[in-house]
Amino acid sequence: MIVAMPNLTPVLPEIFVLAMVSLILVVDLFLTEKNRFITYALAQLTLLGAAWITVSTHTSVPSHTFSDMFVDDAMSDVLKLMSYIAVSVVLVYSRSYLSLRGMFRGEFFALALFALLGMMVMISANHFLVLYMGLELMSLSLYAMVALNRDSALATEAAIKYFVLGALASGLLLYGMSMLYGATGSLNLSQVATMIQHTTGNHVVLSFGLVFIVAGLAFKLGVVPFHMWIPDVYQGAPTAVTLFVGAAPKIAAFAFVMRLLVEGLHGLVHDWQGMLIIMALLSMAIGNVTAIAQSNIKRMLAYSTISHMGFLLLGILSGTLDGYSASMFYVLAYVLMSMGGFGMVMLLSRQGFEAETLDDFKGLNQRSPWYAFVMLLLMFSMAGVPPTVGFYAKLSVLQAALQAGFLWVVVAAVLFSVIGAFYYLRIVKLMYFDAPLDKAPLKPQGDMAMLMSSNGIAVLALGILPQPLMALCAYAIQRSLL
Amino acid sequence: MSEGSTLLSWVIWLPIVAGLLVLATGSDRNAQFARIIALIGALAGFIISIPLYTGFDRLTSDMQFVEYKSWIPAFNIHYNLGVDGISVLFILLTSFTTLLVVIAGWKVIEKNVAQYMAAFLIMSGLMIGVFAALDAILFYVFWEAMLIPMFIAIGVWGGPNRVYAAVKFFLYTLIGSLLMLVALIYLFNKSGGSFSILDYHALPLGLEAQVLIFLAFFTAFAVKVPMWPVHTWLPDAHVEAPTGGSVVLAAIMLKVGAYGFLRFSLPIAPDASHALSGFMITLSLIAVVYIGLVALVQSDMKKLIAYSSISHMGFVTLGLFIFNQLGMEGALVQMVSHGFVAGAMFLCVGVLYDRMHTRNIADYGGVANKMPMFAAFFMLFAMANSGLPGTSGFVGEFMVILGAIKANFWYGFLAATTLITGAAYTLWMYKRVVFGAVANPRVERLSDIGSREFLVLALLAAAVLGMGLYPLPVTEVMHASVNNLLTHVAQSKL
Repeated sequence: MIVAMPNLTPVLPEIFVLAMVSLILVVDLFLTEKNRFITYALAQLTLLGAAWITVSTHTSVPSHTFSDMFVDDAMSDVLKLMSYIAVSVVLVYSRSYLSLRGMFRGEFFALALFALLGMMVMISANHFLVLYMGLELMSLSLYAMVALNRDSALATEAAIKYFVLGALASGLLLYGMSMLYGATGSLNLSQVATMIQHTTGNHVVLSFGLVFIVAGLAFKLGVVPFHMWIPDVYQGAPTAVTLFVGAAPKIAAFAFVMRLLVEGLHGLVHDWQGMLIIMALLSMAIGNVTAIAQSNIKRMLAYSTISHMGFLLLGILSGTLDGYSASMFYVLAYVLMSMGGFGMVMLLSRQGFEAETLDDFKGLNQRSPWYAFVMLLLMFSMAGVPPTVGFYAKLSVLQAALQAGFLWVVVAAVLFSVIGAFYYLRIVKLMYFDAPLDKAPLKPQGDMAMLMSSNGIAVLALGILPQPLMALCAYAIQRSLL
Repeated sequence: MSEGSTLLSWVIWLPIVAGLLVLATGSDRNAQFARIIALIGALAGFIISIPLYTGFDRLTSDMQFVEYKSWIPAFNIHYNLGVDGISVLFILLTSFTTLLVVIAGWKVIEKNVAQYMAAFLIMSGLMIGVFAALDAILFYVFWEAMLIPMFIAIGVWGGPNRVYAAVKFFLYTLIGSLLMLVALIYLFNKSGGSFSILDYHALPLGLEAQVLIFLAFFTAFAVKVPMWPVHTWLPDAHVEAPTGGSVVLAAIMLKVGAYGFLRFSLPIAPDASHALSGFMITLSLIAVVYIGLVALVQSDMKKLIAYSSISHMGFVTLGLFIFNQLGMEGALVQMVSHGFVAGAMFLCVGVLYDRMHTRNIADYGGVANKMPMFAAFFMLFAMANSGLPGTSGFVGEFMVILGAIKANFWYGFLAATTLITGAAYTLWMYKRVVFGAVANPRVERLSDIGSREFLVLALLAAAVLGMGLYPLPVTEVMHASVNNLLTHVAQSKL
């Protein structure tokens, strides 16, 4: 029997990353502590290579492979590229943080790249099982990363909480998938979509399956009422890992929602729209209100993430192409801001000192006007104040939701974001209006200083000229969904 | 004349770039250098804004000095600038005020000088942007962005309760702005994908939609004006802000709210404006009468002037919503005049505060004995604030009162009570601070104003008297645009 060789071009980036991670694992065994930077360099090289392959194999028409289980389209290429960038930036930010804490080890890089591989598979999946496989690869790597600092009780607790709840969510998701399989007879997303279009019979099973799927998705995105893990994990994990968890996986989670709800279950749009509205409103309400009460910056940013994910859902629930590309723009803008925010927490930390409370930001303007300004841009961007990228992110999702006729949802979202502005303003207040508690000068390493500055400038530059990123998102969505 | 002109861009971006340059001078070691760059920037900003007035065609109500470039095609957003007879006055007022603020803060500000000067220069560019923007999103970007430097200015250089005031100022304004954003997006969808303000003027809308849009704009603009009962942020912000902050707030930021009514609410929702004019007039009269009485009992000079600002802005909103030419032109004159007078009043209080570090009326008395020159200037501005004929304060108030009587006798009657209360609170404060015997040893040690302070106050005095004696240069510019607006508002959009 001859098995036809599947077309491997669409999966080349994944194959490359897998090969490189295996190589890194082996090479790392033979490295002494002093030469560990080779692992780091190899990891960055992997990302660069993957980016090059992704760009050079890009076609504007979607190509399917492995019996239609895997798809390589414009959306997946753009999201993958953004994930590479996010992971690369995270690695730069965390380098000195990790080495000062004895966590600059090969495992961190191997796990990070495995997580990235999982995300890439999720982004390109066109089949329930492939999607699930990618999700688990990512999640298992993340659980291990959270527990990387094994002597910290807080981190271990966070990892266990994350694992238990994550496993539960995966279970819910699988259960939902099995129901959809029962109702449609297929695991392939495109076929499921066609079956739902033509189905006349058992709508109840479909709706039940959908409820479980939405619950699983909500957990992975971290929206209310499935958000309880986020604050604990964000606070408990080493900041470098928090940064990692808060960046690229959000891109993958967005892709996950797009593949499942929009490509697979678009026929049930009226069913999931209602659920998403409730979850979006609750996320914005609980995320923003609870964030006010936090004194730990990582926990505060965790609640802010919850509210941002609520905003992200506004674009998706509008059910239009404009809405999807608005959400895509939102998630990319969010990742940019979140990396800057957690990066700043690491920049303020030094050996034996974690800048984890809000008070550590006091008087930053006197210690370093430039980084205070960068943080100011990040905070106003998160609050959605122009001229920063966060404003256009909000503008485009609000526009999409309003166009779909959700006037009162939009008004509620706007009011909650005023509440949200309060705690972002508080950071600005601490930095500019208060005297510093800690007078130690800030001396980030060259690469981190440069990247942190460009991160801040990017938030401003994309706020003044958002067109390129908007056009990219619109291109990706239109090429993939039409 | 206006084809292909980039003058407006220059007027907007020059102060901003100058501000960034000032920011780049860094720490307070280079403070003098930062001051000089700031002065050059502010002076250049004022000088290049003058051709907007001299080159302005007074016969047309069309937009002039128009610039139109594609900015964000994904949302059909354009970099679209232009001025008419209404906005051109405020652009000049802004660049003039910025110059005064830079000079007034020359010596007084010693901490983070570069950041102070930069904040006001950047704010100046952004506020001019608000007046010049013809694209709704461009307007919104300038509108929101100007909050950031003001927030910092109040919070860093303000008084003891500055944090509370800064946060209150920001959140109050933000809540209104975001509702306005929803209205703008609604109009974008309704107009088939345009963010051009002039397109919205011609867009037919049902009454219900108009009322909702009007209310959304109302929350944004009423907070900024501020109208009773959403005025409570203003006394706090004014009292805590540094002198420069108070001047910019009173002279320009409040005008931005009234300008919003003129540019958005009235022409976009004319039927709703007529339907709700009773509501608006009531709020305005409450501001004029009640807030005037509140001003009477203040013991803090800045707070008193802040309440007097609210009361005067009540005149402006009254003038806008009685829908006749006298009222509307009176409102505009009042806005410009109030920019000079309130700015001058705050500068005078600043002069005293710099010497005594108190704003309490009770701590003063007999200042005239020690500061005769200052007392003379302060007298002129106090008279202008109470609406004495011959000063700019009289012209606007008189026109609005005449317009109000035309609309309804009782409106005019209630509005006219301000001539009594306004004089009462201003002159009573003046009497307690300036006249009488020297109250205490600290007043005894006061020294009269220096040449820098003299220059600032003399410029303002010239403006106040000039506008009071010969207001034509101001009114002739706005004439065509006001007529056009009134005809537009008189036509139903239903």
